[in-house]
Amino acid sequence: MSGTIKPRDAKELRQAVEWALNESVTLDVRGSGSKLALGKPMMCDHVLDMSGISGIVDYAPEELVVTLRAGTPLREVEALLAQRNQMLAFEPPDLGPMLGREAGEGTLVGTLMGNFAGPRRLSAGAARDHLLGFSGVNGRGEAFKSGGRVMKNVTGYDLSKLIAGSWGTLAVLDEVSVKVLPAPDQTRTLILRGLDEATAVKAMCAAMGSPHEVSGAAHVLAQTALRLEGVAPSVEARLKGLRELLIDVAVTMEELDTLESRAFWAEVRDGTAFNAARDAIVWRISCPPTAGPAIVGRINAQRREANVFYDWSGGLVWLALPPSADADHLLVRSALDAGGGHATLIRAPEAVRAAVPVFQPQPTALAALAQRVKESFDPKGLFNLGRMG
Amino acid sequence: MQMPLLDPGILRRRSEIVAALRAIVPGEGVIDDLDGMRPYECDALSAYRQMPLVVVLPDTVAQVSAILRYCQDHKVKVVPRGAGTSLSGGSMPVGDAILLGMSKFNRVLEIDYANRCARVQPGVTNLGVTKAVEHEGFYYAPDPSSQIACSIGGNVAENSGGVHCLKYGLTTNNLLGIEMVLMNGEVVRLGGKHLDAGGYDLLGLMTGSEGLLGVVTEVTVRLLRKPSTARAVLLGFPTEAGAADCVAAVIASGIIPGGMEMMDKDAIKCAENYVGAGYPLDAEGLLIVELDGPAVEVDHLVARVEEIAKDRGATTCRVSQDEQERVLFWAGRKAAFPAVGQISPDYMCLDGSVPRGRLVEVLAEMREMSKKHHLRVVNVFHAGDGNLHPLILFDANDPEELRRAEEFGADILRLCVRVGGVLTGEHGVGIEKRDLMGEQFTEIDLDQQMRVKCAFDPDHLLNPGKVFPKLRRCAELGRVVVHHNKMPFPDIPRF
Repeated sequence: MSGTIKPRDAKELRQAVEWALNESVTLDVRGSGSKLALGKPMMCDHVLDMSGISGIVDYAPEELVVTLRAGTPLREVEALLAQRNQMLAFEPPDLGPMLGREAGEGTLVGTLMGNFAGPRRLSAGAARDHLLGFSGVNGRGEAFKSGGRVMKNVTGYDLSKLIAGSWGTLAVLDEVSVKVLPAPDQTRTLILRGLDEATAVKAMCAAMGSPHEVSGAAHVLAQTALRLEGVAPSVEARLKGLRELLIDVAVTMEELDTLESRAFWAEVRDGTAFNAARDAIVWRISCPPTAGPAIVGRINAQRREANVFYDWSGGLVWLALPPSADADHLLVRSALDAGGGHATLIRAPEAVRAAVPVFQPQPTALAALAQRVKESFDPKGLFNLGRMG
Repeated sequence: MQMPLLDPGILRRRSEIVAALRAIVPGEGVIDDLDGMRPYECDALSAYRQMPLVVVLPDTVAQVSAILRYCQDHKVKVVPRGAGTSLSGGSMPVGDAILLGMSKFNRVLEIDYANRCARVQPGVTNLGVTKAVEHEGFYYAPDPSSQIACSIGGNVAENSGGVHCLKYGLTTNNLLGIEMVLMNGEVVRLGGKHLDAGGYDLLGLMTGSEGLLGVVTEVTVRLLRKPSTARAVLLGFPTEAGAADCVAAVIASGIIPGGMEMMDKDAIKCAENYVGAGYPLDAEGLLIVELDGPAVEVDHLVARVEEIAKDRGATTCRVSQDEQERVLFWAGRKAAFPAVGQISPDYMCLDGSVPRGRLVEVLAEMREMSKKHHLRVVNVFHAGDGNLHPLILFDANDPEELRRAEEFGADILRLCVRVGGVLTGEHGVGIEKRDLMGEQFTEIDLDQQMRVKCAFDPDHLLNPGKVFPKLRRCAELGRVVVHHNKMPFPDIPRF
């Protein structure tokens, strides 16, 4: 790594990329660097530090949109929205502590680049569903934009979706417009105790399919948790409805109030349960909710030491395995049904992440298509070389 | 509207192409006689028509794949079509292109209530999905007004919306997976029953790509539980500004209604004459606010909306007392288009989106334009998300009026872009707004989009003449220009 370039505005950003193109050097594009220990290790010549292009550009609460520069810390955005009782509904996780860093370091754009969403993914959508538009620079050193600041927009291809989850490999963003939503007045959580995994998932799916508008469904440490949010009378009524629905499933039910709920769901969101065992390999498996326990069963048949919790009604399996040189990637991926989900290696030593596929390998035709899409933005491969494997 | 010049080489080879298609799709699946092709000569943007080269109606994925591979190998253009309800000419045929109709893909393949999803073929109608699951209390949320007829495959291509998208999202927010065929015949699956497919979000890219990137052969949609209660509030205001303020205040107070529609005075009158929904004829602006969810929540929110409306000077405030009355409140809004059809031989419907805060100003300016172009305009819109639906009234038999209507429409869309909005919120670019793309995008922006197109369809064979005002060859777009000059930015901080 020979140096760091830190542009201060969109124009300098474009010049920096143009320079890299001319010099045929690659750029490690980062906001705060909080997710460097996630994904494939990169092999870039220079760091492109985006923290100098930071700050809120415009916030219009009644329009449900905030526009900000790419280096803006997530915390700053969330604090601003909280002043007006609004939020990023996709519940951006803070994986810093799991990855051995401080809490609260990341940028919102970094979260978007990994398309990370928390428990409310179930009812409010993923990070990608909230990116309304962006401007940035492609691998040709050209400044371009897509999308806008309005909720409904089908003008041209929806490149925002493509950019979200691209791990910075398609373009360097300088500005984004993100949809925000009102924060709930009240949050309550119904906890069912003592369910085995299969029963827990069944109960969560029943709750999700009920009219009670559950906005979080997780099974952690033998507690099955269902979250209800909204105005007080509604939350009360739905809580009662849920209790009646699940009366035959669980003997013991408890409730968490708003504050307790916030703490509980923040831990689910950030995978806090896996912070203590620092050496454990951590996987995140996305699957059809009802398939979760069977996948875990197949893994457990080989590795009895697996540690597991479920989010997204069973559709997101967090899995911690004992340290190994290959992260048991063949075992984990063979446990999935064909086409029935994907597994991402979240935490593993750099050497392990370099050696095994961090992201789910794709069938040949799809992988070739993805490569052509990459080249349509970044034909010389300037950005985040090797990041997605 | 200029369409690409027809390729005489293709027209000469027509019988050869028809024969090749018959070898792939046996029997009645290939239509090449004029009478048989007539129903396909236009979509719902019926002012523009062209007969296709030939119509082919495959019924298996293998046939779709073979057709596209043949077309790629022989450089034949293809226009995919679902139900043909596009309002922007998205499935308008082209004279030297095969029209690939997906209507035979009309089966619901699997319903999975536990995982809350359904796997359907693309020719299933939007409402057909809901019909298949409503007996269990579920539904598919996006509800474009053409939902009786429009197909799910077409919804994917256009990223269709509806009156409920402020709360429940557009098609893109309600899809879990698709199977599609690329122009080279390869079959690719994106997503499935799980969330967030991993890798680049090609599912998100495909949604709203207007049939230019691939042909969708299967769709997995997310199902939602039907809300237990829905009530509508009808609010009349003495000024449009009052109505618009009320919309902003409702959202600022933390309420996201299931639907929030606005109508201007002319639209209120048309609709009231047509269906007699009981709309206040003295109002300058009318809002229909629908709140859905558990009964206690709906009652609570209805009371809050009433309070906000009264504070903003509402002169009419009626809450639906039963399902029949709720449907009646909506009947006028839903009949707005046919109602306008009663007072004018033709109308053009635009769908630009604007930031809500600019609504009143945009309406006022639209009226000025109406005077300039000597054409009436009636406004209904999805107020909650700033998605306008101005209806320009004209007579298509008068070519001069058609021309003025097109100019008026273009002026309105330029206005939308100027105030920070976009050309189209839900109907798509198609051929209708193609030549206005330069108002919203720079040439670089459009080149980037075209390069994405090249990654899927390097010969520009799929749905030609749509979306892009000016096509550039992929080879030309692919060149990388490197300026071998000295460092252009000596001032950027470096470490």
